[in-house]
Amino acid sequence: MIVRRLPKPAGIMGLGALFILMLALPRILGPYWTNLLNDMGIYAILGLSLNIILGHCGLFHMGHAAFYAVGAYVTAILSTRFAVPILWTLPLSGLMSGVFALVVARPIIHLRGDYLLVVTIGIVEIVRIALVNNIFGLTGGSNGLLIINPISIFGFQVFSPAHFYYLIWSIGAVTILLFYLLQNSRFGRALNYIKQDELAAEGCGVNTSHYKLASFVLGAVWAGMIGTIFAAKIETVSPQSFSYSESVLLFAIVILGGAGSIPGVLLGAFLITGLPEIFRELQSYRLLFFGAAMVAMMIFRPQGLIPPGRRFYKVRPYLGRFPCGIAARSGARRGISLSASPGYPAGTDAGADAGKPARGPGDMIEEQA
Amino acid sequence: MRRPGEDVPMIEFFQQLSNGLAVGGIYALVALGYTMVYGVLKLINFAHGELFTLGAYLGMTLLLSFGLSGILGPLPAVLIIFAMITGLVGLSGFVLERAAYRPLRQSNRLAAVVSALGASIFLQNAIMLFYGPNYQVYPEETRVTITLSVLGLDIPLMRILLFLASVLLMLAMYLFIHKTKTGTAIRAVATDQGAARLMGIDVNRIISLVFMIGPGLGGAAGMLLGLYYGQIRYDMGTLYGLKAFTAAIIGGIGNIPGAMLGGILLGVAEAMGAAYVAPAWKDAFAFLVLIVILIFRPTGLLGERVADKI
Repeated sequence: MIVRRLPKPAGIMGLGALFILMLALPRILGPYWTNLLNDMGIYAILGLSLNIILGHCGLFHMGHAAFYAVGAYVTAILSTRFAVPILWTLPLSGLMSGVFALVVARPIIHLRGDYLLVVTIGIVEIVRIALVNNIFGLTGGSNGLLIINPISIFGFQVFSPAHFYYLIWSIGAVTILLFYLLQNSRFGRALNYIKQDELAAEGCGVNTSHYKLASFVLGAVWAGMIGTIFAAKIETVSPQSFSYSESVLLFAIVILGGAGSIPGVLLGAFLITGLPEIFRELQSYRLLFFGAAMVAMMIFRPQGLIPPGRRFYKVRPYLGRFPCGIAARSGARRGISLSASPGYPAGTDAGADAGKPARGPGDMIEEQA
Repeated sequence: MRRPGEDVPMIEFFQQLSNGLAVGGIYALVALGYTMVYGVLKLINFAHGELFTLGAYLGMTLLLSFGLSGILGPLPAVLIIFAMITGLVGLSGFVLERAAYRPLRQSNRLAAVVSALGASIFLQNAIMLFYGPNYQVYPEETRVTITLSVLGLDIPLMRILLFLASVLLMLAMYLFIHKTKTGTAIRAVATDQGAARLMGIDVNRIISLVFMIGPGLGGAAGMLLGLYYGQIRYDMGTLYGLKAFTAAIIGGIGNIPGAMLGGILLGVAEAMGAAYVAPAWKDAFAFLVLIVILIFRPTGLLGERVADKI
């Protein structure tokens, strides 16, 4: 059971105001800044998908651009060769990217820490070289592929920055919602457990390699689908867009923002895409400052800008259910045999100390994400 | 896949082998820097590739400015400048560790990785701003263009010198690490920092030293590369750095003979792959070899230590 505080009226009003502001932004900012917001949106969603692997599961994955590339290229190939409408390729991009991740990650999933990091860098380089070499004669070599058809939703064509803005950020909103639910689900908790202590997780019956693989596939599916949107937006899909440095940026977004924290990753995406724009005045010096800013931010906030908060889980409803759990132990103290059946009546233990405040120690298991 | 004109298979094989050994020597020198830093700090120094580039550029500048002024002959000039580069890049490594890594030593390793990536972006752009984004050419006078004919093989003398230089440096390195008191201290810090501190070893000093030796060797390798290929570019450090790190892992990270072996194996594998399998896929071979080795022998060829869980 996850403790969810009911949204307070102020919170609802804040969300509403944010929603209206987001709706109005393209009108206020004009095409140039709207375009920047679109880039931020794409990086934010990519960052969130990487966050599943790197932030929640704690796997050092620096090859996310490879999965993103698979999605973008699936769209580009289907759209240019077979004239498939772009949005129709969205699920297929996700699927292909997921399958690719499954095939690639399966043999390397047992690697730990830095080994995995280097292998994933290797994968992103191999994918880039494969794309440059026009693999299967489909990818168009280093020039890439030019997409001619715009996205069309029920006959409405998406082409201006404002159109893309609404498309990208609605996907962004859905992503945030789904990933929020995911991080508190059984799946999300299992990933966090693996990150905290893989051995203990395995000991408690979490199938670690299964979950690690699943996190890879899920992150890849999401990155692949964003690849479709990116392909439609940029129109020319070429290998340069999916280089090692792109993976580095995504990695930095997650770590700078706060690994495992959705608001953190969003802030990270804003900063990483926004900082070079802010430093635009400095022209060719901007990447110099960007690099220095990365070092400085890590020195001053090594845990990330918004690290994930502690999570609280209510254990009381579960107390009686597990014969080996807290309830059984206290039952044993009272002389009840430990061999009690799994259907040990719930509430026996809870009733004994009904007067205690609900948030006493032992009632809540605290988990640091 | 054979190139036209080189029609004797054995000769081509040895040509590729010598080329692979020469490039492998460079990989090995760069890999030494990675493996030493990883050994003491468990940190991938992503900026190491950029220090390698820095060595190549500083070497070019020094050769152009007073190496050719005629006070010294070309050979002593190259040797003196070689030593200077090792020192200068070593000093940069020292500053880098102080600025970007030391403040993060107690925090989590991911923060250090991002700091290293930031330092790498910073250095790469600093080099680009200073020297410009185009290829730069090493002065012809300093490059040895003689080709030796040995048993019907035409081997450029530069290849042999390059290989000899890297082997000499590696040998010196090996003796230093295994036969001197300071080397023993470095190994002690790599094995167990806490225990090393209790034995009276100044751990910070050792880490600084490692950050001078590793980048120093990397800078020397950069200059060797410049002398070998004759042209350099500000962003070459990324790929060479990644490949050299791959070499360090192939040999078993943290293991000094392993880095040497891995570098040379990688150089040869790459040359052979490019010559006999597919030239366009040259840069992919390193990573393919890496994946295959890690699947079948995750600790590398000579490594015993398994990377820690983060």
